[in-house]
Amino acid sequence: MYGRPNLHSSYRSEASVLPTWTQRVSMAMLAVVLVLLPFQIPIINQIPIIRFLGDSDWLRLTTQAVIFAVAALGLNLLTGVAGQVSLGHSFFMGVGAYASVYLGGEAGGRVWGHNLPIWIWLPAAGITAAVVGLLIAPAAVRVRGLYLGIVTVGLVFIGIHLSRVLPEISGGSEVGRNFPKLEFRWWREENPLVSFDEDGHWLWFNISGAQKTYLLVLAMLGVALVVAKNIHRTRTGRALQAIRDRDVAAEVMGVPEVRYKLIAFALSSFYAGIAGAVFASFVGRLPPEYWDLILSIEFIAILLIGGAGTTAGTLLGAFFVVLLPRNIESFVHWMSDQAAGNGPWAAFWDLFVSADADFGFVSDAQIAPGFPLPANALDAVLYGALVIVFLLFEPRGLFGIWVKIRNYWKGWPFTY
Amino acid sequence: MTTLATTIGVWIAQTPPPVAGGTTAFDRFLHTFGRGLTQGSIYALVALGFVLVFKATQTVNFAQGAIALVTAWFFSMVLVDWRIPGRWLGDNNYVVWFSALATAIGLAVLLGLVIERLIIRPMIGEPLFSIAVITLGLEAVLRTVGTDAVGINNRSLRIPWGADDFKIGGATMYWSWIATVTAAALAFVGVYLFFRTRAGIAMRAVAFDQEVALAQGISVGRVFAIAWGASAALALVAAVCASMSPIGVGTITAGSAALAFRALPAVILGGLDSVSGALVGGLAIGMAEVFAGNYLARYTSTLGTGYALIVPYAVMLLVLLVRPYGLFGTAEIRRV
Repeated sequence: MYGRPNLHSSYRSEASVLPTWTQRVSMAMLAVVLVLLPFQIPIINQIPIIRFLGDSDWLRLTTQAVIFAVAALGLNLLTGVAGQVSLGHSFFMGVGAYASVYLGGEAGGRVWGHNLPIWIWLPAAGITAAVVGLLIAPAAVRVRGLYLGIVTVGLVFIGIHLSRVLPEISGGSEVGRNFPKLEFRWWREENPLVSFDEDGHWLWFNISGAQKTYLLVLAMLGVALVVAKNIHRTRTGRALQAIRDRDVAAEVMGVPEVRYKLIAFALSSFYAGIAGAVFASFVGRLPPEYWDLILSIEFIAILLIGGAGTTAGTLLGAFFVVLLPRNIESFVHWMSDQAAGNGPWAAFWDLFVSADADFGFVSDAQIAPGFPLPANALDAVLYGALVIVFLLFEPRGLFGIWVKIRNYWKGWPFTY
Repeated sequence: MTTLATTIGVWIAQTPPPVAGGTTAFDRFLHTFGRGLTQGSIYALVALGFVLVFKATQTVNFAQGAIALVTAWFFSMVLVDWRIPGRWLGDNNYVVWFSALATAIGLAVLLGLVIERLIIRPMIGEPLFSIAVITLGLEAVLRTVGTDAVGINNRSLRIPWGADDFKIGGATMYWSWIATVTAAALAFVGVYLFFRTRAGIAMRAVAFDQEVALAQGISVGRVFAIAWGASAALALVAAVCASMSPIGVGTITAGSAALAFRALPAVILGGLDSVSGALVGGLAIGMAEVFAGNYLARYTSTLGTGYALIVPYAVMLLVLLVRPYGLFGTAEIRRV
């Protein structure tokens, strides 16, 4: 095996998740870094560039990326692996979120809630979403390709309308309600056993609520990842890929198409439901209009930018898409700081930033729409542009770029 | 970033409450019928744009609504800010308005051609899903730019006939309804005639089989260009019609981008590749929406505010259960 990572002498080694020791060690190191990410570690913190997040708002953003990665893994099973285009992922996330708030939320005023603990509402959120997915799947199985995409668009609009019809659950249009907190209780006792929401003391060090939440969702992502990867590489995954590549051929070979499509819908909605419930509790309060088409498109963008049909690519895409807007905003702030200074570089950055209605296409100060573009409009434009650029030039996404780099160095200094 | 929900919200807020439109039940019916016909014509126009692009490129152009927003903004610039070519044509409102519309249609065609050349043509031969998602990316770009350009102040389109109405019997009708229905009729007759010209036959051949058409010496690229240019022009016409009717004052808002997503059920109902399907689907969906909106208004508390906007999606889902390729769509022949 040594020195020949592509030599497989059994199906077992070919199908294994991490076939080589290099991969095992690097994944373990990545896992350690991810776990340590929210902490200020004394010595490492002194090294320039590498800076662990501490309790900053970047940590909240990273947490969001981790939760989105869970949802994106679900969409990857349906769209990437099974090839069923779905623009309704945000609908299933919404279903999960409202199942969780119905079971775990506080009743009061005109809203319903049963105040149940997390070990009931979290699985229930996933199961409810999966059941709704199964109910819709028979209709969805009949339509193919882009027709399916458009039908699932309809699902999103119907979902948002249902939230208007049922303000008892959704809390009302544009208003929303408080989602259950991330706390572990056995039942409805006064003090939670573990609260992922408040600062506390774990083992021998202090830990803040945001850090606890991050560790919780990271553990969730770990479980979701292992399950998704195993589905992908075993019988179910092979069946789904056969359906994606040529559904009639798959059927001829004895893959029951309808049953596997139902499985794909149920699994993907289950992931979406769990992620939706956790994301809603993480944010705390969301209007029902949050679960709209833009969110679904964001997940499609995650898949395509990361690399559809690959688990690693989905994770890369989730982090890239969620962290991108914030990075662009920071860059715009940085540019305007630079432009405010003196010297040739200031003049250079001033070409891009419009400080006081001079030349430049982006403005740091401006929030209202108009020209120059405010920073947040710039991210929406860049994000759409990135989807286009990736599809035009690198259809396999970030994962494809990684494969190219890897293959280049594999044969180096030869080109083959 | 303006969320789509806000955009839809603006639409709902702009949709006026059901009006009586007349004194007798028949007058009210006639009024509702006219309004449904108008709404249906708008949907049919948008659907026609979708169908043309689908026939040529086999993919759905999700950016249709965003193109409508941007081209409508072009129109308002040409008409109001620059007054081209109206500044040389005197004071007649109609002359100024229609000449500006022609100029704006020219700009819209140009936009369609540029989009096609830059991002659609390089994608020939890629999976259809990728092309559809590219148009989603385009939608994000154009909608943001359009929303930003239109801004918070709605831009007036200075419709010459404004909100003038007339009566048929006791039923109130609007001139803008007549204009919209006429525009849709002209567009459909135009497309019908186009399919009988040489270029139109080429497009039908491409819709049938791209490779075979290519082998016959048909320029598939030119067919793509024609489809995109025409669909951008149709998007502009649809946006202008949607701004003035059913009962509008002729302003464009950031909400115009939601138009295409509301017209999607019409396209699906008729079938993605059928021109007559676009007409029938558009009219059926428009009628269903307006009639449900006017005649079920007393159940609003049960059905929820804005339920009329969901009716098209419900109709679409029901039809797809029975006919997965729409009423007039060609069923895909599946071979191993």
